[in-house]
Amino acid sequence: MKLTKEQCFEQLLLGKAVKSNGWLERIRLDALKRAQALNFPSDRHDDWRFTDLSPLFQHGFQPVDSLVRLTLTDIEQFLIHGAIRLVFVDGCYADELSDLSHADSGVTVASLADRFGDSLVESSFGRYAPYQQDAFVALNTNFFEDGAWVHVAKEVTAPIHLLHVATRREAASAIYPRCMVVMESCSRATVVEDHVGLDDGIYFSNAVTEVVLKEQAQLQHVRVQREEKNAFHIGHCSVVAGKDTVYAATSLAFGARVSRHTLHVRQQAVGAEMRLDGLALVAGRQVADTHTLIDHAAPRGKSIQLHKCIADGSAHAIFSGKINVHIGAAGTDSIQSSRNLLLSDKAHIDTQPQLEIFNDDVSCKHGATIGQIDADALFFLKSRGLTDERARNLLTHAFAAEIIVKIPVPSLVESLSRTILERMTGERVSGARMGGVRV
Amino acid sequence: MINKGSKVLLEVKNLRASVDGVEILKGVDLTVRAGEVHAIMGINGSGKSTFSKVLAGHPDYAVTGGTATFAGKDLFALEPEERAKAGLFLAFQYPVEIPGVSNSAFLRLAYNTLQTERGLEELDPLEFEDLVQEKLKVVEMDPSFLSRSVNEGFSGGEKKRNEILQMAVLEPTLAILDETDSGLDIDALRIVAHGVNSLLTSENGVVMVTHYQRLLNYIVPDYVHVMDGGRIVRTGGKDLALELEARGYDWLRAAA
Repeated sequence: MKLTKEQCFEQLLLGKAVKSNGWLERIRLDALKRAQALNFPSDRHDDWRFTDLSPLFQHGFQPVDSLVRLTLTDIEQFLIHGAIRLVFVDGCYADELSDLSHADSGVTVASLADRFGDSLVESSFGRYAPYQQDAFVALNTNFFEDGAWVHVAKEVTAPIHLLHVATRREAASAIYPRCMVVMESCSRATVVEDHVGLDDGIYFSNAVTEVVLKEQAQLQHVRVQREEKNAFHIGHCSVVAGKDTVYAATSLAFGARVSRHTLHVRQQAVGAEMRLDGLALVAGRQVADTHTLIDHAAPRGKSIQLHKCIADGSAHAIFSGKINVHIGAAGTDSIQSSRNLLLSDKAHIDTQPQLEIFNDDVSCKHGATIGQIDADALFFLKSRGLTDERARNLLTHAFAAEIIVKIPVPSLVESLSRTILERMTGERVSGARMGGVRV
Repeated sequence: MINKGSKVLLEVKNLRASVDGVEILKGVDLTVRAGEVHAIMGINGSGKSTFSKVLAGHPDYAVTGGTATFAGKDLFALEPEERAKAGLFLAFQYPVEIPGVSNSAFLRLAYNTLQTERGLEELDPLEFEDLVQEKLKVVEMDPSFLSRSVNEGFSGGEKKRNEILQMAVLEPTLAILDETDSGLDIDALRIVAHGVNSLLTSENGVVMVTHYQRLLNYIVPDYVHVMDGGRIVRTGGKDLALELEARGYDWLRAAA
């Protein structure tokens, strides 16, 4: 049975209440109230007007009421060797799949639910993601079961892998991944937030992440969305960048029937540098929407953004990148570039750069291009014996690779490279078959 | 080297072709046998570059008449990749840059595609590395070019050398060099010519398309053809090129 938009929202509100104490209980109840008041965004809402959520509204998503036991074999294809790993299955912490052996002193990676008594958690959780304004963030804040707590106090070399796995269940399920990352002064880390699905399940993953960077901290934040093809994914990430910090994000959207990722980075203090790379690769009837907002709220901030969309079939990719330079943010230096590749006549890409500058003495540049596979390059490759399909795949892969290769985790680069080829060709790709396409 | 008894690699008869509805080739005939080096010369706009692109199957050009048989097959019935698999190779006048694809990965992919076609084993990255290191010597290329993206940021001369490197790796039976000498300084020209010469055997053939006689000092042709107005108007030996160099093209045009 297909639901209406209102029924779908009602069903979500019927989700399982999660018991908490004290400060968290207050936040949860507040968030629930806000969710009820906000409801789903209307398609007339400026932030949502490109994004057709109607396929999402047709389902009645049920809360997850039982634990699915997975083995490491089930998730082997996603594992990053040598990483500090937390695994969540349908939003619940899976201790037996997690591996904290590479975590030494100076880094705490733990289940959030285990840390609610920690004053550090209390003083940061829920303060950055806007559950007052955003219904999806509000739903997550009320209904999330557990999440990742990452606290970094020094330089950590092992990547921190936060793997959120969604399983196939009889009824469509709603799951609420949550992450909180606190980077102390002068700390450094690489965090890979990875959203994956198993066995072609239908589910709605509504994820929220909050990141705080204190003075001179540096974070590489890789966010991978490779959900199953019938899934729905709505994610929100709020980042606060302190003085002289470096926040480098790579946000990838490959999966889901409909996905949306909102990334809001606020430069809170002088001299922060923000590098935002993004890639959406969609085919079939997929919709992938990336909304970013960079707030330069302090002087001498720097932001460099490169977002790419690749759309095949009758897919729809959306990029909206807003950069606000506030009063007082003197000496801001900002570059935004949106590059897009259309692979079919029916595919559709919307790109929308927005600059709002309330200051003199700034340098803001932006540009957008949209194009198809280069005919000369295609002929060149074919004249060397590559089939039309192989040549197109190679060129598409190369376009995507510019984003992927900058990720500082080699095994992840390789696995993402495979994911890209799989999404392009619609089949599983073995290491051997992709052979020469590896970059 | 001319050997009238050797196998015919390419036979073109009365070829007509057009681009955007404008006829450029107006009846070209050419026969290339194994072991032969042919030069096709002519002024700009004579149709010589069009001829090379039509043979390789460039999608912008439409064949409107005539036939071409390559390795016993109807060339125009084949897709560009099938022509490559049959042993045809075009060295591009303007080699294409492909950011994000490393030269070595591209070469290996192309090589393995042809190996499979020939019923031979594919090479893994290590085996291929050995092969390509040998081939690099043919064009005196620095190994660092292998890890860079295909032609990206290469100088004009480096791009042309990279084309000959591909020829060395793919070992075609017929290579068409489209203005490979253009934009080369004398040292690069010598290197490229030396590379091509070292790849010549009694089993393969080369068709050089060029504007200048200069290249022919280094790669000595068995036949020189002069193209004008979309036709081959004169065929001779290597001396014809010298005559062209001395007298220009005008006397031939008047004669035609």
